[in-house]
Formats: sequence, structure tokens, C-alpha cells
Amino acid sequence: MEQSFATKSAFRFGYGFSPTDRDVAGVDDLMAQLRGPDEGVARFAGPMLEERLAIQRAYQQLRNTMKKGDDSVKPELKKATRLRNRMRGDDTRHLFQRAMMDGQGFRERIAFFWMDHFTVIPKGRAGNALWGNYIEEGLRPHITGSFGDLLVSAVTHPSMLIYLDQVRSTGPNSPVGKRKKQGLNENLAREVLELHTMGVGGAYTQNDVRQLAELLTGLDFNKDGAKFNKRKAEPGAETVLGKTYGGDPAKRSHIEAFLRDVARHPDTARHIARKLAVHFVSDTPEQSLIDHMEQAFVQTDGDLPSVYGAMLDHPAAWAPLGQKTKQPFDFMVSSYRALGVTPQDYKKPSNGQVNKQLILPMQFMGQPLRKAPGPNGWPEEAEAWITPQGLAGRLQWALTTTTQWGQDLDPRVFIDTALRELSGGTLKFAVSGAERRVEGLTLVLASPEFNRR
Amino acid sequence: MDASRRKFLAQSLAIGCSAAASPFVTPVTFASIPSDNRLVVIVLRGAMDGLDICAPLGEPVFRQYRPGLSKRDFRDLDGFFALNENLVDLLPLWKAGELGFVQAVSTPYRDKRSHFDGQDLLEAGLAEEGGNVRDSGWINRMLSLIPGAEQDSAFSIGRESMLILRGDFPVTSWAPESRVDMSPHGQMLLDAIYAKDPLFAQAGQTALTLAAQLSMEQMQGDGDEEDAEMMAEMLKSMRSSQEAQRASGLAAFAAERLKEDTRFATFSIGGWDTHLRQDRSIRNASKELQAALLTLHQQLGPVWDKTCVLCMTEFGRTVRENGSGGTDHGTGGAMIMAGGAIKGRKVYGDWPGLEEAALYERRDLMPTADLRRYAGWAAHDLFGLSVGQIENTVFPGVDMAGNPGFLR
Repeated sequence: MEQSFATKSAFRFGYGFSPTDRDVAGVDDLMAQLRGPDEGVARFAGPMLEERLAIQRAYQQLRNTMKKGDDSVKPELKKATRLRNRMRGDDTRHLFQRAMMDGQGFRERIAFFWMDHFTVIPKGRAGNALWGNYIEEGLRPHITGSFGDLLVSAVTHPSMLIYLDQVRSTGPNSPVGKRKKQGLNENLAREVLELHTMGVGGAYTQNDVRQLAELLTGLDFNKDGAKFNKRKAEPGAETVLGKTYGGDPAKRSHIEAFLRDVARHPDTARHIARKLAVHFVSDTPEQSLIDHMEQAFVQTDGDLPSVYGAMLDHPAAWAPLGQKTKQPFDFMVSSYRALGVTPQDYKKPSNGQVNKQLILPMQFMGQPLRKAPGPNGWPEEAEAWITPQGLAGRLQWALTTTTQWGQDLDPRVFIDTALRELSGGTLKFAVSGAERRVEGLTLVLASPEFNRR
Repeated sequence: MDASRRKFLAQSLAIGCSAAASPFVTPVTFASIPSDNRLVVIVLRGAMDGLDICAPLGEPVFRQYRPGLSKRDFRDLDGFFALNENLVDLLPLWKAGELGFVQAVSTPYRDKRSHFDGQDLLEAGLAEEGGNVRDSGWINRMLSLIPGAEQDSAFSIGRESMLILRGDFPVTSWAPESRVDMSPHGQMLLDAIYAKDPLFAQAGQTALTLAAQLSMEQMQGDGDEEDAEMMAEMLKSMRSSQEAQRASGLAAFAAERLKEDTRFATFSIGGWDTHLRQDRSIRNASKELQAALLTLHQQLGPVWDKTCVLCMTEFGRTVRENGSGGTDHGTGGAMIMAGGAIKGRKVYGDWPGLEEAALYERRDLMPTADLRRYAGWAAHDLFGLSVGQIENTVFPGVDMAGNPGFLR
């Protein structure tokens, strides 16, 4: 049967159907999701940066006191620990709740894309305390704006500075470098060029990496937040990609100037256009689609809605479904939505439940949350996900989840809610022939029709 | 035995029997390939610092480059190279000639020093990145050349999908802690809905068959009910804990398969990207690696003598310590080999020295050999592949000149 616009839109650019969501009528409908305020963060978000830092500081102080042998703070420490752990569980829950919302699928898919593009794997106690804020304040306010703003915000957020070791990079000739005999750490500089902007095929060299590492010195973070530490900045100007930045005294604005330049680089336009097309449309997208998006990027100096719009304008965006498979997070969110589980239903589960229902299953499906294989994020190709062990993870989670949420659903009705015209005769026959309701529902969720997009 | 345990056992047995008998599920076949040898490839992700693992303490300049890292408690290997203290439990293997190294090797990958391209190239076995690099891995292409190879001949183990095994030849992957609690009837229906989608069909069949087979094997033991109960308990705790996902868990699973008809096993160990405080940060990954090798040694029993383990990484790290007590991405690195099939107690390779002029771009260890050449000769000596097959199909463009002769 001909696939409708609503179906293609829900699968390819959203988190699938839910019984309560209204259909997307056209491209304008999708683009409208990007124009309003960020409803996801308005409804589901953790504390702001300052509060998180305060929670982390208090916890750290109590721990130190305990370590010194003062047991009287034990109850307080217990409370502070609970607060911290709760925040972590909430960050996970919020990620799912936002994605489960009706009417926001496209915007939420874009948010996930950028979280993956600018992957941060939280390191240490501070890393974990800040991770949710990185997404909520560091990335999301900029995903409907310009790529330059997004880049500056992502790269200079404390989470990123901790994750890619920038806080440990010191200009060897800076006051701190000389006194403590510390020097450069290339990690963030390399990934900015290779992953965040130009892509590994981009026209940069090892020397650019080195010069950028020098330029980035001074970006620092301590228990009070991100700050520019002049005493760690390498003196003198740096030449990156043929242009000279900075000079004395070193300033944070020199770094921002470079980031804004590289954000507009043609290699960056190409890299971002390609990644978006691969994430949304096909593991092997048509060149004309990439070209079209790249052009929009270049013409608007990286205005992201224009790039998304260019993707939706291109006929390749509306080719028949089935060119990609859902990643485990998308599989879980779209399963919840199809089962009619709403974000409100997910109110305040305990950390144990979050672990059992969300964290462990994602691990079993091959996508352990917060633990991407590296700063390059998750793989895109179907073969990386539909492995025996990955599929076993999906099946097992579907069996558990339909047991919990599907008691009142008739599999023969559910198949239409979840798949509409995508369900074929074989699948319908199999689903109606299941010996248990739960297995009927599971067959729908485990079907290629539901897992492909 | 309590009721829930009984039910658990019964259910697993039911799946096992029905999967074997069901006309809808093709059981994994056990055809063995002519050679009795085994190859295990462990991919060390993140760029292992070969100069810290197998350190050239005999180089006068080594300590100057690495004032902090050279303070480690290295253990002498051959008077020139010394072993990282975190791998000290491997010394008996070294003394028995069952552990060796190759120094100053790399893939053909140069200059951009990207982990991800580097790993892709390492697993693809190709000379250039880009293009079709992620389509097939070198072990998969090797399998297609071995007469009698079957789906069960090669196993990748763990949660990730390993590129090194990917390709047209059917292979198997599994994570030891996986399970599927679906009724036999449900499994049949699942098989039917996957029939027209080869990707899902293959993954689904393997998942159901393996889940069933493995629970059968674990349940049966030697037929003793007490044993079966103990195994079930173990299996349960393995599933619920992180243990099975650790390298020793993967190695134990690999050993089980290698004792049967599997000839190739592969898994990865991460954590080698030691930009920061490497004196400490390399410890975890090293311990994991050590545990994996010791587990293979212990659990393979007599099969260890026919086994060659190659541990390879995407590239080496800078010769100099960086500004934060770590090392950054480099070029030439080391490969670790183990097993009863190798001639160990030797550091192979053409050592280029560490004088600044001898370094690659004055910063990295100069690679003096393509590590694919070593892997290629392993394929030649273990499985009888011809030099032509290796140069044309397994590792296109590799120069195989001169067998380093590291296999017994």
C-alpha cells in the first residue's frame, strides 16, 4: 500500500505514532515544531547549572568531611548522595519523557541528533552531575538557531571541557604551565576539527590540531563553573587553518572567533549536511540531498532550520520507508508511544526502576546510555544494530514492556495503531495467531516494519 | 529447587528442544573447517600505547621523553624491552614462549590520527579509509577463502557489532548474558515475520537458536541435577551482573566456543585512550587485557596449544609525554601475541630507535612494518591461505615479503 505522508513523517522524522498524537499534515507542520519555545525542556528538565554545581559542591564537601573522620555528617551525606543520584535518574527519565511527547517528535529527534553529534560521556562525579544540563542548557537552546552558536556553546560547556580533557590542557609557556611543568593535551582540539566541524576528510593537518590545542588553552572549569583562566593560556597568537587568532593577552573571545569561523567553513557545511541526511533519511543518502542541504548551510551561514528545511524540501526525504533501522533509544520511545504510555505515566519512577526499565535494556540492545563507544557517538548503519544479541535485547525488552503496559490492548488493534498501512498480511496473520496477548504485541514491536524507518 | 527455578529450567529446556525440532528455525550447523588451529583477534580500542606496554628501556632517550611514565615498575623481558607492571601476571606465559610482541607496526593509516578511521581501517584490513571501508572486515573475507567454513566457524562476542567480522560470509555474534523468553510458538511466528527481511531473519534465527542452545548446554552439565541448578544460578548471576560484559567474561565465552567448532573469535577491549595521567589511566584496560589472556589460557585447555591470539590497536601514541601526564595520538605501535601456537618470548619487528630524527614527524614511533603482514602470515600458517589470496582478498595491497615466522 502507498505510504502516506503522515506515516513517513512519523517514522522518519519523529518517534512514531501514538494513539493521542495528531497527524503531521505537511512540511510546514514539521517546521512549526521548531519555531516555538522548547516545550520539552519547559516540561521536563533538571536543575540549572548553578544549582547542579551547588549540589555537587555540597556533596563533595560532606564526603571530604567524612574522609577526615567526622562521622557526624553521615546522615547529611546520605541525603546529599540521594539528591545527586536522584538527579542522575531524573536526567535519564527526562530524556525519555521529552522524546515521548506528542507534537514534538521532529524537534526531539533533532535534539537527539545533536546530543550524539556533540557526544559527551560523563566522566567522574562532576561529569555525571552536569550531563543533563549540558543537553538542556548547553545544546537545546541552540539547535533551532545557528550552528556557530551551537558549536561555541557545546565546545565550551563544562561537560565537554571535562570529557575531552580540556581542563587538563595547559599552555606550556603560560604561568601555570611553567610553574607546574604542564603542557598541551590535544584531545578536544582534534575532535573539534574531526568530529564537531570539518569532518575527518576536512582540509586540516596535524599542525592545525596542535595550533588549535594552543589556542584552546585557558578554557577551564572548576567547582564554580566554566571560566577562562588566562594563567593557563599559551602566550602569543596561533594560526589555525591559515588564519591567525589571538595574541596577548589571551581572551576567550579569540577562541569563539575561531569557532565561529570554522562553523562556516565549507568542509563543515558538507560534514553536517551529510551527517543529518544519514541520520534521518538513509544510511547511504543520495548525493543530491546532501548537496541541497550543504547549499542551504552555506547560503545562510549555518542557520540550522534552513538546513533542516532543505532536507524536508528534497524529494529523497519522502522516498519509501525502510532505509534505516531505529536505534535502541528510538525503538524504546516509539514502542512506549505506540503502547499509549505518556510522559506523565512515567512520573517519578525510582532510580531502581529507571535502571531496570531504561538503562539496562539499552545496554542489552547495544546502546548503553551515557556510554557511547567514543566521542564519535553511535553508529548509524542497520548492521550495527540488528545483530543477534541486539535483537535479543529488543525482544526481551518488548516482552517485559508489553507485560507492564499492554494488559488492555488487543494485538489486532495495536498493529494498526503502531503501523497503520505498513503492516502486511504475514505480520497481521502472525500477530492474530499469537498464543498470548503479550507475544502478539511483542511481534508487532519486534517486526521489521516497526524497526525500520 | 524452588518453584521459580524449576520453571526457569523447564522453560529453557522447552525452548531448546523446540528450536532444534522446529522446521522454521535453521539450527546453527557445526561443520568444522579442515584446520584445527584457532585465531583470536582482540581489538584494543582507543590506541594502546605500545611504548608503555612493551617499553624500550634499553633506549637511552626513553626516560627523557617520558620523565613521569618511565618511573613505572617495569619488568624486564629481554634486556632491552620491559613489560608494563599491570601485565605482570603474564610473565609465566612469556617464559613459556607463549607471549610475544611486535614493535613498530601500524596499519597503513597515517596523519589524521582519528580513532574511528583508524579502527575502521584496522578491522576492514584495507589500505585506505573512505569508500567501502565499513562494508566488510578482513576475517569475513578470510572465511570466504577457507573450504568448509560455516556460520559457526567465526564468532564475535560482546554487545557491539564488530566490523572485523562483517561481510557477505555468514558469521555469528552473541553476548554471553543475552536471553529470549519467548514461547516456542511465538518463536515460530517471529521466524515467519522475519522471512522476507534477510538482516532480521539472520539475526533472529541466530538469537533464538543460540539462546536455546546455550541454555541447554548450561542446563545439562553432566546430567546431575545439583550441577544444573548451580549452573542456572551462575548463569542468572552472570546475566544480572556486569561480569559477563567484562573482558574475562567475553574470553570465557570465546573459549567455550573455540573448544567446539569455532575457529575464529573476536572481541574488543576499550579504555586505551590515555590522554591524561597515563601512569594510572592505562591500568584498567591493561588489567582487562591480562584477565582476558589468562582466561583464554586457563579455559582453552589443550586447545590453547593450537591457538594464536593477536591483540591489535588502531595506532600508537606520541613518544613524548603530553602536558597532562598522558600521551596523544601517534602512529607506530605494538601488537601483542599469545597462545601455544606462537613462538613467543621474543619481541619481533624492526626497531627504528627513538632518536628524534628517527621518529615519524618527529613525534611518533616510526612504523617499520604493516601489521597486516603479521596477521596475513598468521592466516597463511594457521589456515593454509596462499600469499596471493592474502594480498588480493584478505589484506588488499599488503606486502607479504618475508615470513616473520612467529608461529610454531
